Amino acid sequence: MLDIKNLKVSFNDGRKGIAVSGIDLHMEAGDTLGLVGESGSGKTVTALTVAGLLQKDRATVEGEVMFEGKDLLKCTVDEMRLLQGKDIGVIFQEPMTSLDPLMRIGRQIEETVKVHCKFSAEERRRMALEVMRLVGLPEPDVTYKKYPHQLSGGQRQRAMIASAFITHPKLLILDEPTTALDVTIQAQILELLKKLNEKCGVSLLFISHDLRVVRRVCKKVAVMYHGEIVEQGDTDQVFNNPQHEYTKRLVEAVTTRRRANV
Amino acid sequence: MRRTPNYNLILGCTLTAATVSVIILGFFWTPYEPDAMSIAERSVSPCAAHLLGTDNFGRDILSRVMQGAGTTLEIAFLAVSIGATCGTLIGGLTGYFGGIADEIIMRVNDAVTAFPSVLLALVAVAITGGGKTNLIIVLGILFIPSFARVVRGEFAKQRNMDYVKNAKLMGVTNLRIMFVHILPNIAPVLLSSIAIGFNNAVLAEASMSFLGVGVGPTESASLGRMLLDAEAYLFSAPWQALSAGFAITILILGFALISDGMGYRPTWRPVAKRRRKADA
Ligand SMILES: Nc1ncnc2c1ncn2[C@@H]1O[C@H](COP(=O)(O)OP(=O)(O)OP(=O)(O)O)[C@@H](O)[C@H]1O
Ligand SMILES: [Mg+2]
Repeated sequence: MLDIKNLKVSFNDGRKGIAVSGIDLHMEAGDTLGLVGESGSGKTVTALTVAGLLQKDRATVEGEVMFEGKDLLKCTVDEMRLLQGKDIGVIFQEPMTSLDPLMRIGRQIEETVKVHCKFSAEERRRMALEVMRLVGLPEPDVTYKKYPHQLSGGQRQRAMIASAFITHPKLLILDEPTTALDVTIQAQILELLKKLNEKCGVSLLFISHDLRVVRRVCKKVAVMYHGEIVEQGDTDQVFNNPQHEYTKRLVEAVTTRRRANV
Repeated sequence: MRRTPNYNLILGCTLTAATVSVIILGFFWTPYEPDAMSIAERSVSPCAAHLLGTDNFGRDILSRVMQGAGTTLEIAFLAVSIGATCGTLIGGLTGYFGGIADEIIMRVNDAVTAFPSVLLALVAVAITGGGKTNLIIVLGILFIPSFARVVRGEFAKQRNMDYVKNAKLMGVTNLRIMFVHILPNIAPVLLSSIAIGFNNAVLAEASMSFLGVGVGPTESASLGRMLLDAEAYLFSAPWQALSAGFAITILILGFALISDGMGYRPTWRPVAKRRRKADA
């Protein structure tokens, strides 16, 4: 379904920095792929490229990003907009600031449907309430009328997931969706994502610098290091038998931390 | 912690509401016909029959102030509407999209704002000829740059906010992002500039009509025109100038208090958070 071939991204600023240097990723429908790597390794840039959010004048992109037989890199802005939010949903790290502060939660969740499909206001409302129930927002009828600042961080992230999920996209890209949340809420959101994947079959491209988080949600994992993918495969296999130096260190860090915690 | 009441806003709104009701009343009813002359009652000082006296044609000044304030407010309202609408469109588009068009339009903007606007208005009216309609159009056009600049700055700030990026990610069109998402979020700033714009418009009408290039002698009274008419009798019948002057002051004070109260203050709106930081 998603097939990234030899993707290269470099920024046109003074340093001519190469952010992503030739990566290959492959995802089937229903897959859960984790992308891990240290800060600055190019995870977000990869996500932005797939989501079509990279400013074309600031970065040079080479390679292929095939989504359902269509090369996203060759799509025009308008073609891309038809996919954004409808077939490809994206959720970024900042639930606190990613919602329009002056728009009611319900309206905001409906926004995606409103711009992509022709449904009546009544139908949209019904869909919003349904998806709000699905993502576990409390009292959908009440929350529907609330403003973002009246929700907690976890609830906002749920609202973000609801707004991305209301159109039943085929692929959800999540860039560190739980980093800004505390550990218990984090666990709940991860459970929710797993549930959405298992019940509704949405594919997840899950980006994180935390191997443990990825392990809870993703069946496959790709490890990025300095703009390259150094290792990929089944999560358990990579976790139990890391090949690359960097992966070994990553796994080690996680396990020693766990031991220290006990 | 309880927030102290916003006295400026409350006072400004009360004052403006009071003056605007008197003005609206003036559209339907004035104590006397504002243009009715009476040779017998020329330059009567304030008394029970004429609360603010009469002018040298024997016209009732209270009636004329009511009508004149209405004309002045009407000019201000229309001029600000033109300026705010066009300014918001131009500033919104340039601020949101940026790029070369933004650079060019903003440099033109700077060039225009470099001249005192009343001076520009004088030149423009000298070319187009005076009168109410021309005055409205000229002032309206002259107000565009200041609105465009304020709105542009806000849009440029907002376009990088996460909620805008997120709306883009959901495939929302740029126009919808601009007007449905961003515009409400800049409303406090826009409203405060509109209040300031009203002030400038009232002052501009007053100065230009006073200089004889604004509202003409045959048109319905305006506050600036009344000042001009009263100038010759400043010492013999000071109530003429004082009434018009006082009316201008009250109008402006109301708007100034509103814009002050609305200005860059933290309000309940979550967008104000960023500003609170900047205040500190
Ligand atoms: N807009 C930009 N202009 C120039 N360089 C950029 C830009 N965005 C990212 N980069 C560079 O691209 C590289 C990869 O950044 P990226 O944001 O993808 O890292 P990341 O893996 O997401 O890190 P983190 O875990 O901290 O989010 C970095 O070296 C960064 O400096
Ligand atoms: Mg990142």
